[in-house]
Amino acid sequence: MMNCNEATRLLSEQQDRGLDLSEKTALHFHTLICSGCREFGRQMTTIRHLIQQKNKDIKE
Amino acid sequence: MPIGGLSDAQYQQLHDDMLRFARLQLSDDEAAADAVQEAMVGALRNAQSFKSEASFKTWVFAILKNKIADSLRKRYRDPLYQADTENDCKKCESSDDQWFNDKDHWRSKTKPRRWGDTEQLTDNEQFWRVFDACLNDLPGDQARVFMMREFVELEAGEICESLALSTSNLHVLLHRARLRLRACLATSWFAENPSVY
Repeated sequence: MMNCNEATRLLSEQQDRGLDLSEKTALHFHTLICSGCREFGRQMTTIRHLIQQKNKDIKE
Repeated sequence: MPIGGLSDAQYQQLHDDMLRFARLQLSDDEAAADAVQEAMVGALRNAQSFKSEASFKTWVFAILKNKIADSLRKRYRDPLYQADTENDCKKCESSDDQWFNDKDHWRSKTKPRRWGDTEQLTDNEQFWRVFDACLNDLPGDQARVFMMREFVELEAGEICESLALSTSNLHVLLHRARLRLRACLATSWFAENPSVY
C-alpha cells in the first residue's frame, strides 16, 4: 500500500509530467481511502488554477 | 503615434502590470525594471506588425517571461548565490518529517482538509498578499523552481536545463515547495481546523 509521502510526491509530479499507468492506479487506490491526499490533490489543482487566472488577469 | 496600438494611458498601465509581474518573479526591483525595459524595447521593434492591442500585450509578456528566465539563470550561475542555495538546502533536508509520521502518513495536525469555495479568490488582493508571504516563507531553492514552473510557466525540462538540475531533484524541490506552500495557505488563509471535522 502506498504511503502519503509517496502519494503526495506523485500528486505533485502529476503537475509536471504524465504519470504512467501503474503510478495512476496506485494513486487512485490510495486517494480512494485517504481523504488527506484527496484534498492535497484538489488543492494542487486549485493553486495552479488560481495562478493561471492571476497570470491571465495581469496580461489582459 | 500610439505604440503597438496603445494610448499613453494604456501604455502606462501595461508598463505597471509588467513591472508588478517581474517583481513578483525576481524579488529584485532593479532586475525587474531591467527585464521590463528590455522586453519593451524588444517588442517595440516589431510594434507595427501588431493588429490589436491584445496581441501586442501577449507578445510583450512572452518576451518578458524570457527575460525573467534569463535573469534567474544568470543569478543562479553567480557563485555567491550558489552558496546561498546550498545553505537553503541544508535547512530543509529532513523537512518531510514535519508533515508525515514515521509510517509516512499524514500527522493529524498536518492532514489537508477541505478548503471550501475558491472561485472569488483571484480578485482578492488580500489573498494574494497572504500568498506572497507564504511564497517568501519557502526556502530559496524551492521558491525559485516553484515560481519558474507556476508563474513563468516554464516546462520541467526547461527549468532543469537552465538551473542545471536533474529531473528527480526538480521533482523533490517542487514536492517540498507544494507541501509547504499548501500548509502555509491552509493555516494563514483557509483556517483549516482539525476540530471542525
